[in-house]
Formats: sequence, structure tokens, C-alpha cells
Amino acid sequence: MNSQSNEVLLKVDDLKMHFPIYRGVFQRQVGAVHAVDGVSFEVMRGETLGLVGESGCGKSTTGRTVLQLYKPTAGNVFFEGINLVGLKNEDMRKTRRRVQMIFQDPYASLNPRMTVADIVAEPLMVHNVGTGKEIQERVAHLLELVNLNPAFATRYPHEFSGGQRQRIGIARALALQPSFIVCDEPISALDVSIQAQVVNLLEELQEQFNLTYLFIAHDLSMVRHISKRIAVMYLGVIMELAERDELYLNPLHPYTQALLSAVPIPDPIADSKRKRVILEGDVPSPVNPPSGCRFRTRCPIADKICAESRPEFREVNPGHFVACHLVK
Amino acid sequence: MPDLLLDVRGLETQFKTPDGIVHAVNGVSFGLKEGETLGVVGESGCGKSVTMHSVLGLIPSPPGKVTAGEAFFFGQDLLKMTREEIRHVRGAQISMIFQDPMTSLNPVLTIGRQLQDPLMLHTGMTKNQALERAAELLGLVGIPNAKDRLNDYPHQYSGGMRQRVMIAMALSCSPQILIADEPTTALDVTIQAQIVELVKRLREELGMSIVWITHDLGVVAGIAQRVLVMYGGYIIEEASVNDLFANPSHPYTLGLLGSLPRVDEAEHGKLFSIEGHPPVLYQKPTACPFAPRCKWAMERCWKENPALEPISNEHRVACWVDTKTGRSR
Repeated sequence: MNSQSNEVLLKVDDLKMHFPIYRGVFQRQVGAVHAVDGVSFEVMRGETLGLVGESGCGKSTTGRTVLQLYKPTAGNVFFEGINLVGLKNEDMRKTRRRVQMIFQDPYASLNPRMTVADIVAEPLMVHNVGTGKEIQERVAHLLELVNLNPAFATRYPHEFSGGQRQRIGIARALALQPSFIVCDEPISALDVSIQAQVVNLLEELQEQFNLTYLFIAHDLSMVRHISKRIAVMYLGVIMELAERDELYLNPLHPYTQALLSAVPIPDPIADSKRKRVILEGDVPSPVNPPSGCRFRTRCPIADKICAESRPEFREVNPGHFVACHLVK
Repeated sequence: MPDLLLDVRGLETQFKTPDGIVHAVNGVSFGLKEGETLGVVGESGCGKSVTMHSVLGLIPSPPGKVTAGEAFFFGQDLLKMTREEIRHVRGAQISMIFQDPMTSLNPVLTIGRQLQDPLMLHTGMTKNQALERAAELLGLVGIPNAKDRLNDYPHQYSGGMRQRVMIAMALSCSPQILIADEPTTALDVTIQAQIVELVKRLREELGMSIVWITHDLGVVAGIAQRVLVMYGGYIIEEASVNDLFANPSHPYTLGLLGSLPRVDEAEHGKLFSIEGHPPVLYQKPTACPFAPRCKWAMERCWKENPALEPISNEHRVACWVDTKTGRSR
């Protein structure tokens, strides 16, 4: 697809994010939501790492914690060799130029009282990049990059459709020429015919600027299309991580297998031939996650050992990691 | 009416808004056969939900209004019924489940109470009979310890379980038709698979007809026998499910299928995308509503709106272009 190197751009090491729960008159801490509970992965420069899972599995929290939008409970995040955890505000501000985010909801992530020009120029102003005239030119250039007419720069967000708004969000993320972008479900709020437009745009931009994406999504078909490697999360933990075709053709974790078999295929004949693994029940609460393996309460093959100890996240084939006791 | 359970003809629905009249449905005709599952597919704003809501008299009026059309159900026109009359059809003979199971249940009433009410209204059961039937229904839709859970409130149920309760409620009076309006859109894929399996099982056990409204072509492929594709308030293609996916004929249907990556295919080229965006219908279209986004559009497409015409047995398309040759049909 593009120039991928073996240079590790981002290294996440045993990242944990627990949100405290306070109760009572004295607001004592009575527990914690274990949103992300020990997640490790690496992202190479120029690649797209897909992060998939069902709602509440901690995939968005992982993305936000990586960017230090939350202060992590434990763990380290190395970006270009610098540990972002515990970085001083001033140093973090400098790093933020190179790490950006595209949000899920194109309706909520743009300030309705700002014009498109102001929205896209805001990061440039905040970081003091260029004079007024330079900023103006840069904004026009950015809008062209995302296929919006620069003449629309004086309009307000409500005058645009969902897909166009998402393009504005992308232009804003690109303003400071970042090297790494967290895409937090950028297409799930869009209609099917518009999704393909935005995904194609993201791929073109990646090629043009050698961008690295962490692509968070729950749509497994789209993730297979856009990612080079994919991590599957369940209840705050990564269950499996592999190259995309390896993961889809040879899923090892019982959760990945069930998840893939649940995705409907737009082809009635292929769909009727598939074997479905239907999971029983619902995802347990992250306040009080199951002991041992997080998935054992719904796992079709769970054994005694699964309740006793947490499975190690290990490499079973080159580049194929899985957290399950029962996978050989 | 020999085999059509529901026969809708020339349905038109409009909404008054501050910016003008929105022509949401512009003359839709279709039939629902006994025992079949009909999928209705389209993007947001294409009129798929409004069509079914109109048939059941669920359009808030004002601002909405059904301006033309007929909908025959056992020889009676549903659109001409009074509010009271249609209330007795709705929930008893035709029932509906909605997209959002979080907001379609009353949060301050127990699940048992909410299941009891339609039973007492439509079948004249006593309170105790209704409660017993409610427990049966919860069991039918696969909720464990059904009897104990009747006294729970909706917030004590998860999203998937709430949708099961909605289904139980819809089935409580043994309807002939179940209309499902995006019932799995708000749910995760593993829960969606549970619900789809459940509805398939219930269809076989209870032998009802189903209208399944969705924007997900994958779900339709798995559950429907016949499919309507809607765009801009019109049905633009109608076919059996196998025919539609094997031989999609409207440029819009082709585009939709092309823009979907498949989980079972290792194809990583550029996605086919339909440029532009769906129309906002402040005027009733006089030309083909899809023409501005269609790469095959001819001069004629900008002047007239093509009617839904058969191209083979049971396959109808509203387009003049044969997309295989790029020429007029």
C-alpha cells in the first residue's frame, strides 16, 4: 500500500485505565470501572492498526488514553521513543502537534458557532504556526486536500452533510501535519454510500503524507479493508492480534471466531453456507470483571483453568498473538 | 385477496417543516405475501421507515400527512380507518418493533406490566391470565428465569434483552404481520446475531409474515426472501433476495453493494464509492432522484422519473439503463 518501515512509531506497554466510582456522603471510592486493563501493542510507522470490539470493550478509552486525554492508571506509552506518560504540560503540548484525533460524531465534534475556516485554523492558532495570511492559505489548501470547496470556508457546520462534516474534522486533524492519527469510529455515524468516500479519502491521505493510523471501529468488514494488522478487544483486554488476512482466515481465539461468524455477509448464498457461533448472554460489567480470562463466562470451550489464571498474551505464530489458555 | 396479506398502493406521505414541505414517500406500491419475510433497504431519509409508519397510522400529524394511497389488509383500507379502529389492528394483527430498545420501553413500569397491557386490551384476558402468558412469552424469546424477571424494570435488562422484551410484546397477541424497524441497528454484532436467529426461529414456529426495515444489506441477505430497495421516497428495485444479490440492476443498488467491503473477502483495492449525497426532498422529484449521483445518467434521466418496470419474473427496476451494457434497456 505505501512505504511501511519496521520503525516502531508507537509502543503501548501494559496500559491501564481505571475510572474510580465514588459513593456516599464522604464520596469514598467504592470501586473502579476497569475500562482498559493491561493492553500492550506496537504501531509501525506508515501502517494502520485496527482496534475492534463491541461497545464497552474499552477500544475508545484505549485510543484516548494513548493520546493522554485521560491520565492512565498504569503503564507507558512511547511515541517516537519518548514516554508520554508523566510528560510535563509544555512538552506534551509540543508532542500534540504530531498526534491528532478524528472523532466519531461529526455533529458533536465541530463547534456550531465557528466557521469552517476558524475550525480548521484553530490548531494553527493554538500552536502559533504562521501569520494570518499564511494560515488562510493553509486552510484553503487543507480543504482542497479533503475535497471540499475552499469557497465554503465561511460557512457554519450545520450547512454541511454528515460526510462533509467528517471531512472538516479530517482537515482539522491534518492542520499541524501530524504523523499519527487516532481515528475513533470515524465512519460509524455515516450512511453506507458515504462511508466508502471517507475511507477512500483516509487511504489517499495516508499514502500522500505517510500517516500512521490507529483505526478504532466495530465494523469488522471495514476494519479488514483498511487495516494492516488488527487487534481484537474484549472487556478491556486485547484477546488477539494478527495481520489482517491471518486474523480473518485463521482466527484462534474463541471470541474472535464468534465475532467474525456473527458479521452478516451481503450475499445470501455465501451467508447460508456459513457456520454461526452464537454467543450466549451479554458482556459482563467492567466494574467487576470475571476472574481469570475475561471471556470465560461466554466462552463455548471454557475450562477450569480459565477461571483460575489470566491467560498470557503470547505469540503463537510469527506476528500472531493470542490470549487464551486453550490455544495450542 | 388470494395471497397478498398486505397490499399497499400509491402511498404518498409529506411532512411540513419550517423550510418547506418534505416529500418523504412519493408513491410506493408493494405487497406482502403470507409467511414471507420482506426486507426494506435504504439509507437514512430514503423513506423506508416512514412508509411502514404511514401504513400503521403512526405518522405524527401535524407535521406529517399521508396524502395519497391505499393499504389493504384483509379487504380493509388501513389508511381510511379511524384512530380507534386502527388501534385495534395495531398490536393485535400487525405489530411493530423499533430500533431503540432503550427508549421504546417505559422506564417506570415493570416488564411484566408492560407485557400485560396489550394482552388485556386486545384479547380480553384477566390480569392473572395475562401475567401467566407474559411469563410464557419471555421464555419464548429466550430470557432465563422468565417468571422472576417479570417484576424487573427495563434498566435491569441489557440492550439485547430489552429488544427480546420488545419482540415478546410484539408477538403477544399472535399477529399476522410483524414490522421490524431497524431492530438490530443499536446492538452489537454478537447480540444482533442472537436476535436474527431468534426471529428466524419464531417465524418458523409461529408462521407470521415479517417486514424487516434496515440499512444493512448483510442482515437482509441472511433473513429476507424478497427485498425492496428505496431511494428518495421511491422503491427503485424489487427482487427476490438471491436475484438481487446475484443480479443487482439499479445503479444505486450496484453502488451500495460495491461500497461494502466483505468480511469474508481479502480484497483490499479501493472501495467503489457513490459520489455526492442523498437528496433532501423539498420538491417531489420530476426526474430520476438518483440521476445527480449516477454515472450512467442519460439526458432522459434528468427529465422524467423512470417507473418501476419488470426486467424478469419478480424482478422490477426503476431505471432505463442496462448497467451491464451501459445502454438503454
